[in-house]
Amino acid sequence: MTYIGQSVKRVEDKRFTTGKGKYTDDIKLVGMTHAHIVRSPYAHANILSIDIDAALAHPGVVAIFTGKDIAAAGINGVPAGWQVNFKDGTTMKEPPHPLLVADRVKHVGDGIAVIIAEDAATARDAADLIEIDYEVLPCVTNPAEAVKAGAPLVHNDAPNNICFDWELGNPKAEVDAAIAASHHVTRLDLVNQRMAPNAIEPRSAIGHYDDSKDKFTLYTTSQNPHLTRLLMCAFVLGIPEHKVQVIAPDVGGGFGSKIFHYIEEALVIWASKQIGRPIKWTSTRSEAFLTDAHGRDHVTTAEMGFDKEGNVTALRVSTFANLGAYISTFAPAVPTYLHGTLLQGLYTTPKIHVDVTAVFTHTNAVDAYRGAGRPEATYLLERLMDTAALEMGMDPAALRFKNFIPAFDGITQPGYQTQVALQYDSGNYEPVLERALEMVDYENFRKQQAEGRKNGKLLGIGFSTYIEACGIAPSAVVGALGARAGLYESAQVRVQPTGKVSVFTGSHSHGQGHETTFAQVVADRLGIAMEDIDIVHGDSDSVAFGMGTYGSRSLAVGGSAIVKSIDKVLEKGAKIAAHKLEAAEEDLEYAGGRWTVKGTDKSIGFGDVALTAYVPHDYPAGLEPGLDFSSFYDPTNFTYPFGCHIAIVEVDADTGKVTLKRFIAVDDVGNVINPMIVDGQIHGGLAQGIGQAMLEGVAYDSEGQLMTGSFMDYAMPRADDLPSFEIDRKVTPCPHNPLGVKGAGEAGCIGSTPAVVNAVMDALTPFGIIKNLEMPMTSQRVWRAMHQK
Amino acid sequence: MSVKISVSINGKNYTSEVEPRQLLVYHLREALGLTGSHVGCDTSSCGACTVLVDGLAVKSCTTLAAQVDGCKVTTVEGLAKNGSLHPIQEGFKEEHGLQCGFCTPGMIMAAADLLQNNPNPSETEIRHALEGNFCRCTGYHNIVRSIQWAANKLKETNAAVL
Repeated sequence: MTYIGQSVKRVEDKRFTTGKGKYTDDIKLVGMTHAHIVRSPYAHANILSIDIDAALAHPGVVAIFTGKDIAAAGINGVPAGWQVNFKDGTTMKEPPHPLLVADRVKHVGDGIAVIIAEDAATARDAADLIEIDYEVLPCVTNPAEAVKAGAPLVHNDAPNNICFDWELGNPKAEVDAAIAASHHVTRLDLVNQRMAPNAIEPRSAIGHYDDSKDKFTLYTTSQNPHLTRLLMCAFVLGIPEHKVQVIAPDVGGGFGSKIFHYIEEALVIWASKQIGRPIKWTSTRSEAFLTDAHGRDHVTTAEMGFDKEGNVTALRVSTFANLGAYISTFAPAVPTYLHGTLLQGLYTTPKIHVDVTAVFTHTNAVDAYRGAGRPEATYLLERLMDTAALEMGMDPAALRFKNFIPAFDGITQPGYQTQVALQYDSGNYEPVLERALEMVDYENFRKQQAEGRKNGKLLGIGFSTYIEACGIAPSAVVGALGARAGLYESAQVRVQPTGKVSVFTGSHSHGQGHETTFAQVVADRLGIAMEDIDIVHGDSDSVAFGMGTYGSRSLAVGGSAIVKSIDKVLEKGAKIAAHKLEAAEEDLEYAGGRWTVKGTDKSIGFGDVALTAYVPHDYPAGLEPGLDFSSFYDPTNFTYPFGCHIAIVEVDADTGKVTLKRFIAVDDVGNVINPMIVDGQIHGGLAQGIGQAMLEGVAYDSEGQLMTGSFMDYAMPRADDLPSFEIDRKVTPCPHNPLGVKGAGEAGCIGSTPAVVNAVMDALTPFGIIKNLEMPMTSQRVWRAMHQK
Repeated sequence: MSVKISVSINGKNYTSEVEPRQLLVYHLREALGLTGSHVGCDTSSCGACTVLVDGLAVKSCTTLAAQVDGCKVTTVEGLAKNGSLHPIQEGFKEEHGLQCGFCTPGMIMAAADLLQNNPNPSETEIRHALEGNFCRCTGYHNIVRSIQWAANKLKETNAAVL
């Protein structure tokens, strides 16, 4: 039986479809109390006084802690996991992010006090009894405004609110000269608006201190429980890591927002020891909008130069990236090494320069959100390409074909060295565009479009040919770029005496279906049934170590670690088999779960070898008993999935309403283990990317109040906002990992957004070339774009 | 102060004392341990808490426990019978209609309501019927197919939804 390549139904689904999933908020511990966080209603204010007496006296309240208590306990702030230096080499400004603020709040939602009570409703009731006097201060929310002289400062030690500035690529003077010498330059001023990740499961954390063992347990909604443990123990609380178990049970979606170590996790752990009881905190959706790290929020100017034939000559990009009030875990990496490094796109652009200024504002933190930096890079590149095609009177598909990097497999041909640090592993870009054009029936569409225009019908087509860097990431490379962690993955393959297999992976599944996909890999490699394999993840006491799941890294990095351990199992197994079969190891072959002496019918099964390893009576001399191996896999390069997305829209000429008629995606994510799951990942990514183009956007008003603080105000795509997707794929294997996989989690979200916006621009060409289309493209905005002078 | 309620939940009768302000979803989750109904928002927007009350899909986060006194409540835990998945649950598994699983119970209950009233829904009708339920993982594509799968299965086996 071959599992790889089959759409095996998910083993996870029985528990999720029957309501038996076990999410953090479903867990109930004996004696458990409930926490409510009192948060700042102001974007920027001095706290003059806090009176907790009445709240503390409220029946059912167990304890209240404020910022003063946290400071007095010597607890550090939440650390940044990535350091990016200023252009001049000085280190980035890294102001503390305290668990609770004692003096000056810096965004709406900043934590001020934690109330712990017998039940959640009582804790909330008591919050109304806390009196806080504020002195409200002026604030700034837009990153381009925040750097101007006289803007209110978020942190006193970060002049002009700048965390760091950064550049990458060819020398700026060379790029300036190439732009100046270009036959045509397309320039766009773009806002990549702020997004709320909105996993449907709100964040939740339970802290439990067991004094009989002097041990802490944290249940948390995390994409990477080990990283949370490391940051919380070593940097925030200063508690011994071996005395802390972090469990991320079933987790209801993440999309980046559950990578980061949040204040509430450290708070419930610390406070549980203070009160001697377990504490649960579960976010409301309103709190999620206020405090789950947001995504995107770039203000960018991008210019692309072309020669007479339409060849790209240069790209110059300048971006203000909003970090929010504090540096979230991976925030510095997102607008820099996950954004600037992708600006080569799929094109042979010879000169590229990118300049990024990372800015503090009085808003919630911004960090990785599905795609993280790569959607921002793709958005500006692909908007430039379609706009340039219109400006130069060229076909947008032809313009891309002209500029594509030629195919290379990364084995017989070297990888492609970009102008922005990365070396692409393997790529073959024409076929994804060719296939997408075929699926959309391009020539016919252009005819329909022309026909429609005669009758006032505004149809448009938009393209996006994207690349991303996934399989994050080679530790030495990211270390040189400022990461404060390695980005390898661990895996343990434990063969039980009966030949059943438990696999412990540092990857974490929160919807990706690892329990199925990973088992397919293990089953095929060992030649045993999937039912004989259990995938264990999300518990720091079971799994040796892990860097978790994000950056489309689980299979490429975590799966490769599993393969390494399987190789070790088979290597040792062969020694045992050779002994039992009285043959030389090199005379054995392994297939279908059996070692066979080549050319004979003498063989021994995997289960018998496993039993022998644990009952080593008749056993190779000097060989250790047992069949259980751990491995760490550190990739040698990123992986580079790519693809082509095409949107077809219709714009209502009277109202500006945009209807997405069709969406075509042809992605190349390398080898595919489970096509059903990969398709599902693409679908979900598309919905999020299309959501950004058409519906979603976090908005703060001039006072720093969050205007989109609930699902009533923040428009997430619903079922009737989207069409069924038309998807296909090409396969260019990754040349540097054993499975040849590249990663599929973010592709849909990275490629889709510009395709939709480009389609609207194309639909509106009867009104001229409209470059200032802003996302989300509401009816009002599109109508105004149609009627602007 | 508390009120006494008597409710049939998944075919079993429960008599409980509840606070008048207690929402049905918290009563199910905390008092009865039926944690399959989830809370994903605080504005009755996400549908993760959807249950059937007397056969109608309602959001249990905006229903008071006291309101269901004397009613028949079905939660996602009440669908599988004798260890076999309900055709809607089966459809979600067969067509990969779920990823993280958090919205899934609400989606399944909304689908149950739809299929009771419209055993043969079109894609448009399915998408319309799901407009009270958010999914952030699937893009809804496979949820539509899951419900179509369930509709066919129910037809083939001539079975009632509930």
